[in-house]
Amino acid sequence: MKPPTETLAEDVVMDNPAVGIDQSSGDFQYDVKYEFDAGTGLNEDTIRYISSAKKEADWILDFRLKALKTFLDKPMPTHWATKDLENIDFDKIRYYLASGQKPKRTWDEVPDDIKNTFERLGIPEQERKFLAGVEAQFDSEAAYSNIKDIVAKQGVIFCNSTEALREHPELFRKFFGKVIPTGDNKFSALNSAVFSGGSFIYVPKGVKVAQPLQAYFRINAENFGQFERTLIIADEGSEVTYMEGCTAPKFSTSTLHSAVVELVALKGAKIQYITVQNWANNVFNLVTKRGVAHEDAEIKWIDCNIGSRLTMKYPGVVLKGKRARGEVVSIALANDGQHQDTGAKMIHAADDTTSVVVSKSISVGQGRSTYRGQVHIPKHLKGCKNNTECDALLINSNSRTDTYPAITVRGDQHATQHEASVSKVSEEQIFYMQQRGLTEAQAMSLAVNGFVNDLVRQFPMEYSVELKRLIDLEMEGSVG
Amino acid sequence: MNILEIRDLHVALTESPETAIVKGLNLTIKTGEVHAIMGPNGTGKSTLSKAIAGHPDYTITGGDVLIDGKSILEMEPDERARAGVFLAFQYPSEIPGVSIANFLRAAVQARMAEGEELDATAYYKNLYSKMDLLKIDRKFTSRSVNEGFSGGEKKRCEILQMAMLEPTFALMDETDSGLDIDALKVVAEGVEAMRGDKLGVLLITHYQRLLEHIVPDFVHVMYDGRIVKSGDKNLAIELEAKGYDWVKEELSAS
Repeated sequence: MKPPTETLAEDVVMDNPAVGIDQSSGDFQYDVKYEFDAGTGLNEDTIRYISSAKKEADWILDFRLKALKTFLDKPMPTHWATKDLENIDFDKIRYYLASGQKPKRTWDEVPDDIKNTFERLGIPEQERKFLAGVEAQFDSEAAYSNIKDIVAKQGVIFCNSTEALREHPELFRKFFGKVIPTGDNKFSALNSAVFSGGSFIYVPKGVKVAQPLQAYFRINAENFGQFERTLIIADEGSEVTYMEGCTAPKFSTSTLHSAVVELVALKGAKIQYITVQNWANNVFNLVTKRGVAHEDAEIKWIDCNIGSRLTMKYPGVVLKGKRARGEVVSIALANDGQHQDTGAKMIHAADDTTSVVVSKSISVGQGRSTYRGQVHIPKHLKGCKNNTECDALLINSNSRTDTYPAITVRGDQHATQHEASVSKVSEEQIFYMQQRGLTEAQAMSLAVNGFVNDLVRQFPMEYSVELKRLIDLEMEGSVG
Repeated sequence: MNILEIRDLHVALTESPETAIVKGLNLTIKTGEVHAIMGPNGTGKSTLSKAIAGHPDYTITGGDVLIDGKSILEMEPDERARAGVFLAFQYPSEIPGVSIANFLRAAVQARMAEGEELDATAYYKNLYSKMDLLKIDRKFTSRSVNEGFSGGEKKRCEILQMAMLEPTFALMDETDSGLDIDALKVVAEGVEAMRGDKLGVLLITHYQRLLEHIVPDFVHVMYDGRIVKSGDKNLAIELEAKGYDWVKEELSAS
């Protein structure tokens, strides 16, 4: 194996401080020898190659092939979304890259080049400190997977989707593709055709996992598409918090990340799903995330989107059982050359269900942020509540923000509330802070942190520190 | 001792450079001294203080501002601040979501050498002692900077920041405006407590009232972008009695 070569972040950032999303933590790449490589482009052979490399059962190959057809049949959703989607060249993307090795259970066994990647990103430290389990995915497959004994003994399953298909096929099949059907949208179909990796979690009845489980997704190869598939099932009365972090180095050509995440919270269960992504600014990040909350269950998405060229992501909750509760808390930061098109979907399908959406977006320079929200409360229900709040902050006069809230409420026994605000960091505010000795970047960063402060306080400590650091880096890069 | 020198300073609006506001102003402030600049509205008093601090709305079209013989005009506003210049704003900005404690902490941290970490315990100890000195309730620091503050609270917040950041030169822009007599006393007591040979103060005020509580060593009258008359504290009393018209008449007579 070749010794690792690194592209250091400093050079890249210095070259172009105005558009450079600072990737000093994530902008490095190792040369890795892949045993499995599905090549570029997408057709039936690609699907068969992936499925055979993963030694899959026939039903899953059929599922994939049908999904490919759905993907090819569906038009690009540019009639409502951005035209930038047309710039994705599906023929140039590599759909599957793997080293052909099983995920390692101990850190020492992980191959050096992959280990170095995750060590630079601080994964082993985090695991020792506060996590109940870690899954680290490198391109298409998990490189490392570990769950603390104490959690495993409670019957909690935490592995990647490839392993889950092999070792827990019944459980997997029962819930897989039920929350987000293949044809939900073009990119969920694409994911269904070529998915690899992602987490599978099952928490048995009544088990409350005290510490969070975490997955880390890393794109290392250029022109690569990462299509992880995550499925979390929280059985009756159980509780789990799952966190994911994502990075990719800055390549000269675009990279695609298109995940599907399905959550099932059975009666009285609670799932909290936290994402902090810091993609390089040429990643197309098109993710479908949805959960079903049964009676008295609760699903909360905390979604922080920093970086990427285009992110389209609208975490949703289907409130299927009585008194179910859904919440989406999202923070998006769009810097120069970036478009964050994010929001939430709340589908009320039972009486006395409650949904809360709080979205805060920050647009810097030419950055563009869009909020799209959908709340649906049908006529036959009663006692449903929704509260939607979307706030936008603009920094520098060229930034753009749009809000498209769609709240459909039928019937007269519901309560909904919608608030929106747009504010601007003024020159006067920046001067005031500079007069106290803060640099312009520090001043902007402080203003942004203040804007999201009430949301960040809800995050686990480690993630709020991480988010603050990312905002600082982003603001440093945006001062010309 | 440190010296702030303003030499033949000319200031115009950045947006319309032909609009001169300060037109050749000279003033030297040494640490240990309190100078007051008085004058009618629109004579360039506030512009002077903002221009010294580096506000982007104003452009210096001539002259110089020096600290200990070194020009500060090429410096960014934050560099000037770290060099010891503090501007107590007439209308301080609100910073939603940022608590006073965190804001001041960031400002204190910004003054430290790179890699040097702020000692949180010492910081809070210092903060609380300054708050006691200024008779500020402890709960105050968890509020967002200036957000929803009354006029008096805003000015008190400015004085607290000044006490924490320990500037060499404080430019106080109409710190007395919008204050009732009790708030004025608290603010004045705070400034008096900080007064000493390590601090030079420039008080900008419209009224003599503040100068009863902070007695200046020098009083200057500013009119049409220049200092037209200087004296001691008695000049302020004279002005109060005779009004600014007296200065104008004197000027036109000469």
